[in-house]
Amino acid sequence: MRKVWSLVWKDLLVEFRGREFLGAMVVFALITIVTLNFAFDLIRGDREAPGAGGLWIAFLFAGMLGLGRSLAVERDRGTLEGLTLCPVDAGTIFLGKFISNVLFIVIVQAVSLPVFYALYNLPSLRPMVFLIALVGAVGFAGLGTLFSAVAASSRAREILMPLLLFPLAIPLVIGTVRATTLIFQGESGDAWPWFNLLAAFDVIFVTLSYVVFDLVLEE
Amino acid sequence: MSSTPPFFETSHVYKRFGTKIALRDVNVTLVAGESVALLGANGAGKTTLLRTLATLSRPTRGQVLAFGVEAWGARADVRSRIGVVAHQPYVYPELTCTENLAFFATMFGLDDVGRRAATALDRVGLTKRADDRAATLSRGLLQRLNLARAILHEPLVLVLDEPDTGLDAAGREVLSEIVRSQVARGGSVVLTTHALEYGVDLATRVVVIAEGQVVLDQPRERVSDVEVAAAIAGSALAGR
Repeated sequence: MRKVWSLVWKDLLVEFRGREFLGAMVVFALITIVTLNFAFDLIRGDREAPGAGGLWIAFLFAGMLGLGRSLAVERDRGTLEGLTLCPVDAGTIFLGKFISNVLFIVIVQAVSLPVFYALYNLPSLRPMVFLIALVGAVGFAGLGTLFSAVAASSRAREILMPLLLFPLAIPLVIGTVRATTLIFQGESGDAWPWFNLLAAFDVIFVTLSYVVFDLVLEE
Repeated sequence: MSSTPPFFETSHVYKRFGTKIALRDVNVTLVAGESVALLGANGAGKTTLLRTLATLSRPTRGQVLAFGVEAWGARADVRSRIGVVAHQPYVYPELTCTENLAFFATMFGLDDVGRRAATALDRVGLTKRADDRAATLSRGLLQRLNLARAILHEPLVLVLDEPDTGLDAAGREVLSEIVRSQVARGGSVVLTTHALEYGVDLATRVVVIAEGQVVLDQPRERVSDVEVAAAIAGSALAGR
């Protein structure tokens, strides 16, 4: 695990000093939330479902922005090859990148949720929302880290990445939006089955990504 | 007679990229205490051969043995015993020289990463720039940092692809010292360069490659500079 944490430390340091994509992720999420708020102001009925959808559009698209760059930058610079030349298995590199990506998405969520609360007047600062946000971030980062490595070697990676990622992430999108809607509607108890689905999604896809990462990293 | 296997041994290695054959029937060995200058014109296959030895590229056909075992299958182990300098510097511009080396020392599972980093920086003459970010280094100093990263874990074999690129006279002296001390301690070096005289000077064996084939493989003392230059010139003509 020392190597995994070293990778995470390196990624955080490089990002906080280089400002490659975290700033863009946060700004994108905030702009989405603010823009959708203007649209939802026109809705007369309940705002819980569109609010939850808007929140997850902001998280997932901002996450996509960061995930797409996380391995592409390393590949373009040649440092990914430097990493593969270290005597570490591909799973270690996957875990390092995966944890870094989860942290970046969580930072975006931490900034976005209070803004969302202020604008939408929906209960987005509840522990259950934080929990759903976290399991959503874990699943999305798990799949995203794998497909980021697949797309990084392609010239059409900006197109390839969402095409690969979103079809497989559909259960996660449905689960997070439905669970968040239920919490916003004051029915947090009903959100637990969705939480269980998301947790199962995380376990399956993070494990699968960890196992097959070697195949996409090597020549 | 020693039963120690060669560090590297290639048997009938071919490498194909689409329709282009980059290596054809390459048979070379690298033993302990050897410094091999791998020379040839642009596009001759030098980098492809080095990448194959470094387990960064898998041969299309043939076998590469590293330390007596099939290299690709044991690539994690092979990579722990080699130090590689390639065209791109494997360092992070946002990190300082020390941070870069400490990171790679950790990735190599080394203890006392601070001391390791300081020693490596001292060997390449970068101690004064230890706390500067890699982004602030000139091309030559970046290459020195790249060298420091390659020698950090005291590898058995140094695989150096044009390591003299961007180096000034002092930098070349640093590189020469690293190559000589590597050979002196029983390790080995395989390097490519376009500076013929410099490369041959550092070598105990000279290998010239043309259109993916080895056209000359001789101990340094058995081949003259003129013969080496003629083989490279021939390879350049063959490549046209």
